[in-house]
Amino acid sequence: MTLKNIIVCLKVVPKPEEVRFDPETKTIDRSKARNEINPADKNALEMALQLKEKYGGKVIVVSMGPPFWEEYIKLAIAMGADDAVLVSDRALAGSDTLPTTLTLATAIKKIGDYSIILCGEESSDGGTGQVPPGIAEWLNIPHVTYVSAIEIQDNKALVRRTIKGGYEVLEVPLPFVAAVELGCNKPRFPDFRRKRWAEKEFKPKIWSLKDLGLEPDQVGFKGSGTAVVELRELKPPERARVVIEGSPEEIAKKLAEVLAKYL
Amino acid sequence: MCIKGENMSEKMKSIMVFIEQDEGRIENSSLGVLSKAREEADKHGYKVYAAILGHNIADKANELGEYGAHHVVIVEHPILRYYHSEAYATGMSMLIERYKPDILLASATRNGRDLFARLAVKYRTGLMAHVIDFYIENDALIGVVPGFGGSIAAVVKHVKGWPQLATVSPGIFEARRNWGQAENVEKTTLGIDESMLRIKIVERRVGEMVDLSQSRKVVVAGMGTEGRLEIAEELAKVLGADIGVTRPLADIGVAPRDLQIGSTGVSLKAELVVVLGASGAPHFVSGIRDAGTVVSINIDPEAPIRDYSDYFAVGDVFEIVPLLIEELRKKAKGGETS
Repeated sequence: MTLKNIIVCLKVVPKPEEVRFDPETKTIDRSKARNEINPADKNALEMALQLKEKYGGKVIVVSMGPPFWEEYIKLAIAMGADDAVLVSDRALAGSDTLPTTLTLATAIKKIGDYSIILCGEESSDGGTGQVPPGIAEWLNIPHVTYVSAIEIQDNKALVRRTIKGGYEVLEVPLPFVAAVELGCNKPRFPDFRRKRWAEKEFKPKIWSLKDLGLEPDQVGFKGSGTAVVELRELKPPERARVVIEGSPEEIAKKLAEVLAKYL
Repeated sequence: MCIKGENMSEKMKSIMVFIEQDEGRIENSSLGVLSKAREEADKHGYKVYAAILGHNIADKANELGEYGAHHVVIVEHPILRYYHSEAYATGMSMLIERYKPDILLASATRNGRDLFARLAVKYRTGLMAHVIDFYIENDALIGVVPGFGGSIAAVVKHVKGWPQLATVSPGIFEARRNWGQAENVEKTTLGIDESMLRIKIVERRVGEMVDLSQSRKVVVAGMGTEGRLEIAEELAKVLGADIGVTRPLADIGVAPRDLQIGSTGVSLKAELVVVLGASGAPHFVSGIRDAGTVVSINIDPEAPIRDYSDYFAVGDVFEIVPLLIEELRKKAKGGETS
């Protein structure tokens, strides 16, 4: 069995701990936050590269975002991806998962010849986990979430899915969408020479909505099923905030007094 | 495919809650969603449907009424005995067509999210994920969605499509057995043809997994424990508590995701939470917001967890915890003899 295209959906996210909220303007300030490839998407990419090593195929990264993501896509190329598509269009701003999955699915259809589509289980900024099953529904193919391993046998795959208190193994015909579990493998470091090559020579395909045959009102705020009405800062709840200091022995004694009634 | 059963005569505004079960064991966080749905429904004149798919689950009807359902819909089929993404999506689609709920809710467990993400695209409708609160305003579903790790919440409104979908953060709402019997119970079988399903479950291993949203006492290990869970486990043993972890520890595989506390994990309702070596990242502290007493130990006196604690001890977890265990053992013994 030789795989055809192995698609990896990749998102760039601001590091969550570096995003600030301005309570005055009620807006999110990402300007000081550094960006990174969404951690679970790196696990998806690593899984794709391992599948390619075992079963052949071509690893193609698909992303939907602003032009500056090219820099991160090149990182994925340096890790070993063969090609990349960046869907970039101003009209896409404000898209929730409905237009996002439509756009990604349409781009994947345009790439064609896909055997497996791998996504991260969820993004660290949105954290909805809705994208992988959504793409599968647009493409009318099966999906499996929380995937930690894939083995190919003929025209189908044996897929290990994490469930509450354990795991299950599913037999799924190709093609299908897998949402890869965060931390299920160790993403490789970019190859140094390949990185230099990617930075200088590699150009991802940049597709606009028009290239995908989509209309502006199918995406963005207009195409979304949900709208953000307001942003709020979640303030800490009222707590006693008694600070206990001293030597370890003193602290242990005081804590034991606090905890004694729960014994 | 068709649904056998009685036809619904009248159409009134309704909320349907997907009740998750696994071989007859109901997912408790679904019941919390059901109780909260009932509370909202009573305010706005909606009816609540509890939809449960499974095998040999006919005995669940009473319970679902007590937790808030006006109507209980039981779908019986061997393929539904535990979650199967295609079979459940097929089944739920049939129920949506038949009962036409205005709002459809589920607990945001792995399976709830898996199912609703698929349904949202199938019906081309908006889905709010992992809401920590929800309510109805002029017949529109409004959800509060934690973002950027949980320090910021977005108030999100459903604006397009039907039904209005949301998954609810597990454990955020308490399951309350406040209501009596359901007004009616319908048992239906769906004509699911197993040969139509593309996915086959060939192996399944499930062990016991504690439901932390139900725990009375929890010891949470953070990165400050360096992933050495023994220290937390020993303290938990003395306190009779369960173990939870922060997201980074689940990320590196020290503990399963089921034990992760926070905005994308479980929200605790415990009367006591002891936090060992967790700095208090936004995604974590949203999971201890509703806890009774929070006691934390951290080496950094400025750690944000301080603001989320009733008692905040400054020091090295590895030094303090063994001494604390010793002190607690003394007290436990003293308690027995006196």
